[in-house]
Amino acid sequence: MSRKRSEEEYKKTISFRLKQWADGSRDPFLDTVEMKPALPESGETPLDLHRQEEKRRMLRQVYDTEHNAEVRIFRKLYAVMGTLLCVFLVLMLLTAVSWLPTVGQEDRPVNNEVAQRYVESGLSETGAVNIVTGMILDYRAFDTLGESHVLFAATCTVLILLRVDRKKQRAQAETNDRLYEPKNDLILQTAARILVPPILIFGIYVILCGHLGPGGGFSGGAIVGAGLILYLNAFGFAKTERFFTAKTYKVSSFLALACYSLSKCYSFYTGANGIESAIPLGTPGAILSSGLIFVLNICVGIVVAGTMYTFYVMFRKGGY
Amino acid sequence: MAAIEWIRFGIGGLFLLCGLGIFAIEMIGIYRFHYVLNRMHAAAMGDTLGIGFSIFGLIVMNGLNLTSVKLLLVVAFLWISSPTSSHLIARLEVTTDEEKDKHYRQVELTELEKELAEREREEMDAPTEEEG
Repeated sequence: MSRKRSEEEYKKTISFRLKQWADGSRDPFLDTVEMKPALPESGETPLDLHRQEEKRRMLRQVYDTEHNAEVRIFRKLYAVMGTLLCVFLVLMLLTAVSWLPTVGQEDRPVNNEVAQRYVESGLSETGAVNIVTGMILDYRAFDTLGESHVLFAATCTVLILLRVDRKKQRAQAETNDRLYEPKNDLILQTAARILVPPILIFGIYVILCGHLGPGGGFSGGAIVGAGLILYLNAFGFAKTERFFTAKTYKVSSFLALACYSLSKCYSFYTGANGIESAIPLGTPGAILSSGLIFVLNICVGIVVAGTMYTFYVMFRKGGY
Repeated sequence: MAAIEWIRFGIGGLFLLCGLGIFAIEMIGIYRFHYVLNRMHAAAMGDTLGIGFSIFGLIVMNGLNLTSVKLLLVVAFLWISSPTSSHLIARLEVTTDEEKDKHYRQVELTELEKELAEREREEMDAPTEEEG
């Protein structure tokens, strides 16, 4: 409402009507366009009966598939063409398979100098006993940088689309979507009390030992995220938001991504080539070894865990 | 020594076969039953007894070492988590089923006891009438 004009004057202005129209509180066509309510079809007049008969006849002809030549031909053609397509696909795939080099053949294209380099000097160059981790976080850390940013972008999109801002709407979501959900289930809570600590510890172990054995940031982060989701399911948002809120997620994934980006963004200038690192690689097999890989594993783990948990929170509604 | 190895292999194989049989029963049950709770009853069998038999068979075959302990942990994890999730599904089904009268009858425990007592009394009464 304008302060300079009186209320009656304000109500005559275009902006007020525009506001009303935008709010939906006033229908612009009401009282301005002549409208009549549609008459229901009584089905009693001869015209109505004629129309109904016409319609019925039309429907009969359209859906009479047994005496419709076109439909019959189409069905036969469909079966024949479908069979032909399937046979073609199967033959094509089988031909492709028959052209593949046999397993263990020496001169197959996969056996090139790249794989040989990874296997032969991966340990001495990256310091990681697990060559796969050495590959994805050292030789191809550039690639993994993009992957973790993709995860972050996906979470941002989900947050934009699904985040419920107002408390009132949040309460509505609580009653709407989760009315029948078992809340405060004692059996689930007991199971969660037993299972969540081992799951979280195992996830952290997988993240930290990514350079020593199978594991790494992606799998460990997924385990930690699953543990958090289980805890959330059992105890609800009131308990999880004591330690994991939107702010926690923002700060932790920002720090992790910033750490990763700062340590590996030189790849943009060197054309994905590595440069010599000043951090000592340490003895292979020790927990504090392999230089940056250890730190990068932790960063990736934080991003993945946060992504999983945030996705779940957003789709479940009521949190954040 | 070889005989003991063979016996261990045989026992382990027997356990594994038992586990596989229970999995087969589970699969048949899942496809033959049509209602959620019935199918869950069949599925829970494989998740607990089938997994238990299979992994105990593997432990017997493997002998006592760290891998066996890990397998035991897998069994413990599954025995905690699988019944819990089944319980939640069952609870959700019971609270949201719109045609529950078709599928099952819900009774309070005290009412059931009363009903059973009545039936017993009727059975007690029936022969006396015959005698009379």
